[in-house]
Amino acid sequence: MPDKMHLHGRGGKMRKVIMGNHALSFGAMLARVQVISAYPITPQTQVVELLSEMCADKTLDAEFIKVESEHSAMAACLGASLAGARTFTATSAQGLTLMHELLHWASGGRLPVVMGNINRSMAPGWSIWTDQNDSLSQRDTGWIQYYCSSNQEVVDTVIQAFKVSEKLLIPSMVVLDAFTLSHTYEVVDLPEQKKVDEYLPPFKPPIRLTPDEPHAFGGLTSPDHYFELRYKLQKDMEKAPALIEETGKEYEKIFGRYLGLVDDYCCHDADLILITSGTMGSTARVAVDELRQQDVKAGNLRIKVFRPFPFEKVRNIVKGAEKIAVVDRNISYGHHGIFYQEVKSSLYGQDGSPPVFGFIAGLGGRDITPSTFKEIAQHALEKEKPDEEIIWIGVKQ
Amino acid sequence: MKLSLPEEELMNSGHLACQGCGATLAMRYVLKALGQKTALCIPACCWSVIDGPFPYSCLDVPIYHCAFETAAISAAGVKAGLEMVGDKETTVVAWAGDGGTFDIGIQALSGVAERNDDIIYICYDNEAYMNTGTQRSSATPYGAWTTTTPIKHFKDRPKKDIVAIMAAHRIPYIATASVGYPEDLVKKVKKAKETKGTRFIHIYAPCPSGWKSRPEDTVKLSRMVVQNAIFPLYEIEWGEKYTLNLKLKDKKPIDDYLRLQGRFLHLTEKNIAFMQGEVDKKWSRLLEQVDGKPAS
Amino acid sequence: MKKKKEPQKIVFKSEKDFPLMPMSVGSMLFNKTGAWRNIKPTIDLEKCIQCGICWKFCPDVAIIIENEWPVVDYDYCKGCGICAEECPTKCISMVEEEK
Repeated sequence: MPDKMHLHGRGGKMRKVIMGNHALSFGAMLARVQVISAYPITPQTQVVELLSEMCADKTLDAEFIKVESEHSAMAACLGASLAGARTFTATSAQGLTLMHELLHWASGGRLPVVMGNINRSMAPGWSIWTDQNDSLSQRDTGWIQYYCSSNQEVVDTVIQAFKVSEKLLIPSMVVLDAFTLSHTYEVVDLPEQKKVDEYLPPFKPPIRLTPDEPHAFGGLTSPDHYFELRYKLQKDMEKAPALIEETGKEYEKIFGRYLGLVDDYCCHDADLILITSGTMGSTARVAVDELRQQDVKAGNLRIKVFRPFPFEKVRNIVKGAEKIAVVDRNISYGHHGIFYQEVKSSLYGQDGSPPVFGFIAGLGGRDITPSTFKEIAQHALEKEKPDEEIIWIGVKQ
Repeated sequence: MKLSLPEEELMNSGHLACQGCGATLAMRYVLKALGQKTALCIPACCWSVIDGPFPYSCLDVPIYHCAFETAAISAAGVKAGLEMVGDKETTVVAWAGDGGTFDIGIQALSGVAERNDDIIYICYDNEAYMNTGTQRSSATPYGAWTTTTPIKHFKDRPKKDIVAIMAAHRIPYIATASVGYPEDLVKKVKKAKETKGTRFIHIYAPCPSGWKSRPEDTVKLSRMVVQNAIFPLYEIEWGEKYTLNLKLKDKKPIDDYLRLQGRFLHLTEKNIAFMQGEVDKKWSRLLEQVDGKPAS
Repeated sequence: MKKKKEPQKIVFKSEKDFPLMPMSVGSMLFNKTGAWRNIKPTIDLEKCIQCGICWKFCPDVAIIIENEWPVVDYDYCKGCGICAEECPTKCISMVEEEK
């Protein structure tokens, strides 16, 4: 049960040891969200419990609508966002997928909701442990997707996500691994409220729902009109990578930390580049260090922003490598791992692209350790090119 | 010339409703009662189409066309958002058909009512999924033809008692209304406007297209349905205090009402007698609730 | 009671003309639903008692009060017949539209 730990003064630099879920809550609090609507689901519950406390004791001046389902949670956020309020919610797996219809609504309606999603495996059978299918299966809904691997990154990403979303009027989700990030305690530098206010001014949408200027939002749209509206959404989504980098540099100037689209670790001279995301992306660094000690020139490219996919960045970074090993903690049934597909498509037609090995590991929360990466690296190093399109790591076969 | 309703029109002509549409009359009256400082959340229903396609609208108040199941909670979200940006005056209304209220939207409605969120929920009831071509809903009355309850297997379950369900939530104000009694409807909506918390208004709105009735009979049907006690006019405060608005000295039998609608023409005398019995039972029970007796 | 001025049909030439989200920027008043009807109401003002009932019950706001008398707005009247049915003096008749 959270105590009043969030009440330790608002001014000055503050370092706290907090769990990933609370990093989401603090991010939302510092962003001064105005309407929160959420439904509990393991392993997200701590996000909303802390936000509930913050609203109750007025640390955060926001309305918290305690809805009866995730579908209603997103619906409430959309209504509040349309009315001009800054909104936030958090969920996971079954809850996220229950919201699916409304994820399309958020992007099509150009409503800049920010949502925390804890990557949890989809039922059946019931699983509370991590894999990425829940959020990745929403990749076509028009949301910006950020994948985090540290609690510091979570706080910083939430704040920046609001800035980017409100500029583009496109919703975004900040994704954490279940338990390995959501429940892991780490030291976090909490940004000063005053400085966050400078970086992130109040939400002032160009159009909002008000009787002072009545419009009907989202009415029947014929083939004569729908196409252009969606064209505009894609065009604005294409501005996101540059905007994320730009607002990231502004953030760095004020707070000293830069996020960017990817995390490049030792890739510049790497022969074998691991492509990862989420917490396994930081485990991969340990593996890279160990491999380097064994004279293997390994590197890790952790993809932080999955949507819009950072095609340019990926192409530039993997250019010099001999082999790429993409590690997916997800699978698109009937196809391949999803990061694998997207990496391959970004390399299509590029001269001299290295062969891409596609590994699937860690589904249902099965642990991904440095040994996992050792096995992956060994496999990739032994072969010229992959002889299977999906290489399963850790499945009892 | 003394008009019995507020003069200002917030609904304009040119909308896409069928001839004789009861749902449009309902909207016209409700907006007269609420005034311009109103915001509507309209889920999938006839009114999603009646209002007109992008980039037009026929109303002078803002509308959020929301997802089907979400009328109640979208309105609660809009209300919360408006309050947080400093607008504490605008009345936020969820405006849904019977499908979006009795069926797919009932979860969100129950959630809103349980929390007593500060919105007015108005259900205009044309007793089937009319927008998609007259399929049955749980608001379709016993005996009615719809495309999914064809004559050989007409609707054989009673109409869901949505007012009783809402009363069980103990919300501050519930009222039934009919477009055949616009002054009563306007009075109730004005009363709702002055109340805080979740307010629920159930409006009877004939649909000539789906009921196979004559367009010119819409208002007549809306009076008959009250006078034969199928749809009595009453209010409930806090789920306990029942007030009957129109006492029926001479309760009319239901035959004449049924005869004006093609959707009931297949009924036998036996069917109608059964239906009459059910109406009488329900009416007696309502009278007991009005008198303060507990439901037996 | 004044009738509002008549708005135009809206045509977007390029995507740049579209609003960012699907939202209304014009009124349905451009849509003259009078074209829908086969029969139209005619009011016999001699018998009219100025009760306002026809104005009250029109679903299309197609009966307006001008100088204390009801006037049918034939641009929008869909010919539903409610006004004729509800008129207490039966001074409204529904007649065939001329072709």
